[in-house]
Amino acid sequence: MILRRLFSGDLPRSRVLTAVLVATFFGLLLTPFLFPGAKATNVAAKICIFIVLVASFDLVLGYTGIFSFAHTMFFGIGAYGVAIALSTLGPTWKALAIGTGAALVVALALSLLIGLFSLRVKAMFFAMITLAVASAFQTLASQLSAFTGGDDGLNFKVPDVLTSNVSFSEHTIRGVALDGKLLCFYLVFAAAVLLFLIMLRIVNSPFGRVLQAIRENEFRAEAIGYRTVVYRTCSSVLSALFATLAGVLLAVWLRYNGPETSLSFEIMINLLLMVVIGGMGTMYGSVVGATLFIVAENYLQDLMKLASNGLSSVSFLRDLFHPDRWLLWLGILFIVGVYRFPAGIVGKLRMKRPAKV
Amino acid sequence: MISSTATVPAPEALPKVKTDLLPLLLLPAIALAALPLTGSFSTWVTLTFAGLAMGMIIFIIASGLTLVFGLMDVLNFGHGLFITLGAYIATSVIGRMSGYVESPSLVRNLMAVVPAMLIAMLVVGAVGFVFERVIIRPVYGQPLKQIMITMGGMIVGVELIKVIWGAQSIPLPLPAAISGSLLFGDAAVEKYRIIATVVGLLVFAVMLWVLSRTKVGLLIRAGVQDREMVESLGYRIGLLFFGVFIAGAALAGLGGVMWGMYQQTITPEMGGAINVLLFIVIIIGGLGSVGGCFIGALLVGLVANYTGFLAPKVALFSNILLMVLVLLWRPQGLYPVVKR
Amino acid sequence: MSEPLLNLKGVHTRIGAYHILHGVDLQVAKGEMTVLLGRNGAGKTTTLRTIMGLWPTAEGGISFQGESIASRPTPEVSRRGIAYVPENMGIFSDLTVCENMLLAATGAKRAEDLDAARLEWIFGLFPALRKFWQYPAGLLSGGQKQMLAVARAIVEPRKLLLVDEPSKGLAPAIIQNMITAFRELKQTETTILLVEQNFNFARQLGDQVAVMDGGRVVHAGSMAALAEDDALQQHLLGLSLASHQ
Repeated sequence: MILRRLFSGDLPRSRVLTAVLVATFFGLLLTPFLFPGAKATNVAAKICIFIVLVASFDLVLGYTGIFSFAHTMFFGIGAYGVAIALSTLGPTWKALAIGTGAALVVALALSLLIGLFSLRVKAMFFAMITLAVASAFQTLASQLSAFTGGDDGLNFKVPDVLTSNVSFSEHTIRGVALDGKLLCFYLVFAAAVLLFLIMLRIVNSPFGRVLQAIRENEFRAEAIGYRTVVYRTCSSVLSALFATLAGVLLAVWLRYNGPETSLSFEIMINLLLMVVIGGMGTMYGSVVGATLFIVAENYLQDLMKLASNGLSSVSFLRDLFHPDRWLLWLGILFIVGVYRFPAGIVGKLRMKRPAKV
Repeated sequence: MISSTATVPAPEALPKVKTDLLPLLLLPAIALAALPLTGSFSTWVTLTFAGLAMGMIIFIIASGLTLVFGLMDVLNFGHGLFITLGAYIATSVIGRMSGYVESPSLVRNLMAVVPAMLIAMLVVGAVGFVFERVIIRPVYGQPLKQIMITMGGMIVGVELIKVIWGAQSIPLPLPAAISGSLLFGDAAVEKYRIIATVVGLLVFAVMLWVLSRTKVGLLIRAGVQDREMVESLGYRIGLLFFGVFIAGAALAGLGGVMWGMYQQTITPEMGGAINVLLFIVIIIGGLGSVGGCFIGALLVGLVANYTGFLAPKVALFSNILLMVLVLLWRPQGLYPVVKR
Repeated sequence: MSEPLLNLKGVHTRIGAYHILHGVDLQVAKGEMTVLLGRNGAGKTTTLRTIMGLWPTAEGGISFQGESIASRPTPEVSRRGIAYVPENMGIFSDLTVCENMLLAATGAKRAEDLDAARLEWIFGLFPALRKFWQYPAGLLSGGQKQMLAVARAIVEPRKLLLVDEPSKGLAPAIIQNMITAFRELKQTETTILLVEQNFNFARQLGDQVAVMDGGRVVHAGSMAALAEDDALQQHLLGLSLASHQ
């Protein structure tokens, strides 16, 4: 019963999916202890952050049917908000709050503008314009170097309690120090879980259901009496705000931000791949997609290196499986996903044997 | 208005056919506006030719994109792939003909460059054939899927290019007779830029000729306005679209070769990098209009070069600003296509 | 009765969630003009579009010259000899009158290839077209555009003309012109299926009539019979000719 309310009635509806989600949850939760080393924790933190980002993208693309290239812009706004605040005001919680607040306000204003604009033009036109806007923003970030640190970005400090300077205990658990860095990780983890559950709540509320109705048949939704303009704008704004918060988490974790880190087109492409492969319009797809993608990004290369070395005699095949070409295979998976599995892995799993609900 | 007893409508005066030349005037307007700002006449000449050359190349690339959109409402977000592929193929061909390229004789240079361009166009056209059938055809009429799948196509295509040619940038030096500049008094104009401008004008002229003097051109112009009616007249517009797509891809390939030579270096990202610029151009020009695309491309080229010199920090911004200004004047672009 | 040129049997058409045609039965005899009457929303335009293949036939059959054309691609339907003049005329406004006509002549590659004698005959029906030959069609008046639309449909001989409300929004004098043109057209033994709301216009030209309501044909018979029967007119169309002079 409690579980139902926690997940807003939107249960995984598939045994395999539930297992995957549970495994992912505990995997992430226990990463510092199960997989020792900075890299693993970094990957886990990145997964948490991207789950939020991808979920916010799913909200606007999968649930509302709006394609905006400007989504990474909000990610960047959140990250830069924190970065600039902590750089200029010092590593305090107050600065963090100010940075976050400012970022959210800017994101609200911009997303409102963009959201309202999207409703007056066709999808293609809107996509092109948001691409231009996102490009301009990225250029802006790298050009206003006095403000943003330019192409080099900003390095800054976070409140001490979130760094390895502060230690909570002399003991270590499985060789892992109980220090501020660990706290920081769990902060990011907890925030990600919270934000995800909130988004789950939103898409399963009456608001969310209307969104889906609009996505399916806008004409009919209007006919029934829903002001689609209002709903779509709300959805755009909400998704932008969540993306901004994901950016905040990113900056706090990395203690660095630059144009490439949060604004690059590459991130946009990665988002797209994650949301499609995971499953559009499912929320849980963001968990599956983000985990799969980021694990692949960091560890698949090792696997591919093995394959590549094994094929070293045939140079073309070797190049095809070269670890740097992991994007090729994900890209193919993505194309196949768009065609045949718009609901991605999650959709496919749900089609199999649905769990007793 | 009409006499009620007449069985023939009363003769009306023949209306004047107004040719809309106002957008065309934007070009000299911007050029002249930049003259006092650049300070020296010779710098202005250099910049203007650079802008024209760049604009012509962008026109060659974007013309296919705008027609494809006008005809079938298909926007290929992966158009950059054709650009990159064209550049790489030409580089490979030219690479094998270094003797011809290094020779000071223009004729021998052309014997390397022209076949390189033609082969690039052919191969890219063939890739366009496959691209349309495999990637685009299954998602007609579904804009969201189109956006995603064409991007996916580009991602995969660019990765394959990296597999075949490697991921690092490759230099593409200009052939000996074409490199260097001509001096007009104080002003230095790169020879290549003059050639690029001429080629661009030629392509534009050929396109205009095809569009106005051939039946296929007629079909394209009609199809952009009212697809359904063209079908009702008995023409298989799907086939027409297929042909236009392939031609657009081949042109993008040609543009890629020229762009590579303009920058004298090619990278796997070069196509994707100007995607934004292409969209700005076709929006400014009016989706589906070749004439608008031509003017839009030249405007973008000129503005990019002038601001690149005068205020480098705002270079990319300047084109977006240009787009916003044009849309404020004419919300559908310079030469909007009147759709049913 | 000889085999009808066009024969619709139990045709249903659905567009999205909307079920528009609910089993249309319609026969168009060769060499005659059949008029399709009915109120707004009765399904007349939908019927024409379904015949042309612009909308797929959900159920039922359409045969033309004995062969099925239901749900065939539009270009194929057109090439079998069926010309379509839609309600919005389908004029390409950026193209000249000449270019519009050239496009409609699938056999011609250039303007010179158009059948000169036939063109003369068309100019006789619609003199304005000769005058505006080189002008962008967008500059024509509404009535002239309608003439161009019809002219396009006959620039080459066709077996069947589907015409959707040619008199809509036209001044009375132009309508008269249209009637004359259609009369001449009928003399060439062209089969015409005409959709109209203007009963007066239809009555002067139609040989057979079919009345549609709610996506079905509710009455079919000779035009002469309907024209004489005021009560039937009242019942089917909510008007009687006597009151519309």
